[in-house]
Amino acid sequence: MKIIIDGKEIEAREGQTVLESARENGIEIPALCYHPDLCVKANCRLCLVEIEGMPAPVTACSMQVKEGLKVITGSEAINALRKTNLEFVLGEHRRNCPQCIWQGKCALLKYAAQFKANLAAAKLRKPDPDIVKFGPIILDRSKCIECRNCVDMCSRQTGSRRGNETECKFDGFLEIQDQGKDIHIEPSCDLKKDCIYCGQCIVHCPVGALDSVSPVEEIDALLKDRQGKTLVIQFAPSIRVSIGEMFGMEIGTNVTGKLSTALKQLGFDKVFDVNMAADLTTVEEAKELVSRVKNNLPLPMFTSCCPAWMRYIEFFRPDLIPNITTAKSPQNMLGSLIKTYWAQKQGIDPKNVIVVSVMPCTAKKYDITKPEESINGLSPIDYVLTTRELGRLLQKNKIDLKIMADGICDDPFGIYTGAGTIFGATGGVTEAATRTAYWLITGKNLEKVDCENVRGIIGLKKATVTINGVSLKVGIANGMENAKIILDDLAKDAHAYDYVEIMACPGGCIGGGGQPLPVNDEIRKKRAAGLYQDDCEQKIRFAHESPAVKEVYDHFAGDEHKIHEVLHTHYTQKPKSEIQK
Amino acid sequence: MDIIDKLKQAGLRGRGGAGFPAWQKWQMVKDAGSADGRKFVVCNVSEGEPAVLKDGNILERDPGTVIEGIDAAMKAVGAQKGFLYLRKDYFDQYKEKLNQTIGSRAIELVREPGGYLGGEETALLDSIEGKRCEPRIKPPFPPQAGLWGCPTLVNNLETLYCAARIIRGDYKNTRFYSISGDVPNSGVFERGENLTVKEVLEKTGNLPQKDFFVQMGGGASGTILLQNELEQPVSGAGSIVVYDLAKTDPRQLGLKWLNFFIGENCGKCVPCREGVYRLRELFSQEQFDIARVKDIVDLLAKASFCPFGKGVANAFAGLVEKLMVK
Repeated sequence: MKIIIDGKEIEAREGQTVLESARENGIEIPALCYHPDLCVKANCRLCLVEIEGMPAPVTACSMQVKEGLKVITGSEAINALRKTNLEFVLGEHRRNCPQCIWQGKCALLKYAAQFKANLAAAKLRKPDPDIVKFGPIILDRSKCIECRNCVDMCSRQTGSRRGNETECKFDGFLEIQDQGKDIHIEPSCDLKKDCIYCGQCIVHCPVGALDSVSPVEEIDALLKDRQGKTLVIQFAPSIRVSIGEMFGMEIGTNVTGKLSTALKQLGFDKVFDVNMAADLTTVEEAKELVSRVKNNLPLPMFTSCCPAWMRYIEFFRPDLIPNITTAKSPQNMLGSLIKTYWAQKQGIDPKNVIVVSVMPCTAKKYDITKPEESINGLSPIDYVLTTRELGRLLQKNKIDLKIMADGICDDPFGIYTGAGTIFGATGGVTEAATRTAYWLITGKNLEKVDCENVRGIIGLKKATVTINGVSLKVGIANGMENAKIILDDLAKDAHAYDYVEIMACPGGCIGGGGQPLPVNDEIRKKRAAGLYQDDCEQKIRFAHESPAVKEVYDHFAGDEHKIHEVLHTHYTQKPKSEIQK
Repeated sequence: MDIIDKLKQAGLRGRGGAGFPAWQKWQMVKDAGSADGRKFVVCNVSEGEPAVLKDGNILERDPGTVIEGIDAAMKAVGAQKGFLYLRKDYFDQYKEKLNQTIGSRAIELVREPGGYLGGEETALLDSIEGKRCEPRIKPPFPPQAGLWGCPTLVNNLETLYCAARIIRGDYKNTRFYSISGDVPNSGVFERGENLTVKEVLEKTGNLPQKDFFVQMGGGASGTILLQNELEQPVSGAGSIVVYDLAKTDPRQLGLKWLNFFIGENCGKCVPCREGVYRLRELFSQEQFDIARVKDIVDLLAKASFCPFGKGVANAFAGLVEKLMVK
């Protein structure tokens, strides 16, 4: 259908809102509580527009398009309303721009400038920090503008909302409490609810009221005074296609080489690539899957590499623990190898090795504190930096990633295959595992390496993979709202799936809670495309063919007990975690 | 004659404040398709606005006719269940009497958890569903998708009371006026439905002899009318509060309203949550910038999510224009 926005005729689709069709056509309508991932809440009221024939302005986010609709997005009267409105929003947002995760690029500041809002027109009504901490997440209510994006997102992750529902729900761990001027966001004290540390609240907050607990200062201090420690850094598959955004690079640009140089320049002794361990995880998981199928062990087998998903299982669904693969996540596998095999080989006491892990994820910060993950009494990882935090650390040290020369990661954990790199996108683990499971069962490699049917950032995918006449029903979900649909399916039919890959964040790790801002489907698609491109460009695309993986197995020399000790873990039911105020 | 036709012929309009033709609403719910076959009727007795007391008055005197009205509405629109949504104190006071009157009819009493905002029909629906008492995005309107997504008729108590009397044949085209303030005879009065403010004051022996102004249609969100503006029909929730012009300090009056609004505000939308807060901040000072008040009133009128904010704007527009700007 045709609609007219600001005199310009544009093509709109049935079911779209005015805001969606405007933005799709490059017409900016200001909005703070609107996010394409979330429900329409229409509470910030900034997207008010005038529509011919309607007596009063309406919110573009909630207004459905109709044939011939005539919309004015920014009359003088509307802009005057926006100015007053923005001054009110500024009056409830304690600005702390230098420390903010938006780094001065938030919509609030942009709109304040655009609509000439006086930053000091309204006296701050929440002048002091009002902090509440849960796990690795910090919420500062003095910055919160009550848009409810976090609450909406949290009901998808930890509440009852399912991905196929349209209704807005607010029943997750993050709750709205009180009313009127006292309204605020509060972590639930309900013993049946908890945070899974996914950090999706952080990346959906328009004003940086949420952030992760950052070890940037500690790491920076260590780099300047290493106290006799060997400093090792490793980075996850998805980091290579996202961190460039913080340095003005095209979304999805693969910066593996530049990152390696930058990390060396920061002062790390060794730079390893978690992709290598993703290859190893693939082989271990594929072995376990084949064994589960052959030996009638519990199916479906669930992937375990997403720590927020593991937190969900350990808190909400401990009954499913027997179905989780015991293979450690790539991060913890690599950390464990560094603190055993590698340290030994280098002749270093593992106690003197500090492993920093760069992750797209906030839940990984929690993951490394779990006693089950420890190796010989040491945590495999000492610090987790999110993508954003590493960006900060680089900026702090005046290292511009964009202008770095390409370097390479260090031996023996710098070599990876195409299978490892796609771990960072939803469906990637499944694809990598399928390639290796096929080889394990048939002794041959797949002729067609690309598994198109498990790709794409859509929330829920179902596929059947047939190897040697054995059909495996595969379920792939990203976003807990979609994962819960798979769990519902399994509650109805325990044999609905044989293999299930779950990533708690929309799009998988490329859309993780530790990734740069902003995030939306378009950005997630570009980051994922960067990873699939990387896969395509690798000479080796099968995890089991990785020379680094082979080296690790040579070291273990078939000692399954040893392999299990270093590369596998177990899960236990976990209580609700502490909320600190 | 069909029940809905009777309402149409009687010209009954909603008595909750908006004045929408009652028959039209009933017809919409009757005609609406329901996915699971369910439809509901809700009688709104939130009556949270200061100085509006008519619903309580009717409930006290004639609960039987109210229940008759709900029952008739359920039959007319094809609803299986009715809810009587009551202000806390009304619920506590009339619960037993109402349950006796209801008998075996499928009408459930609901004790309103919140206050003023529960009167907004979609906030009322969310609160019956056990959610936060906050307004919904419209459309869809309750006749299309109300309680649990089913077509729902929400009517004010007085509307359903009048409907029952229309159906019974003893409706005398009256409405209920709540009169208070600087008057000798405050109370709730049943008089002709299209009377002007002046006529109502005269017919109840309440027309002041001194200089005065009134707030009409609600004791906080109502419209301010000066002495020369009384030749218009009473609208809104049918209340008239009389103020002695010489004795009333507009700033203190505004502050009184704001103390009410700030406590009843749901906090959902920026203009209303922040606007009411900022208005109170301004009105708490002896001197303040009237232009800023006007900006806020404009924002509340045009940008707030639900009628609550528009009501605040309505009251303050009058206060500022008629009583503060000299």
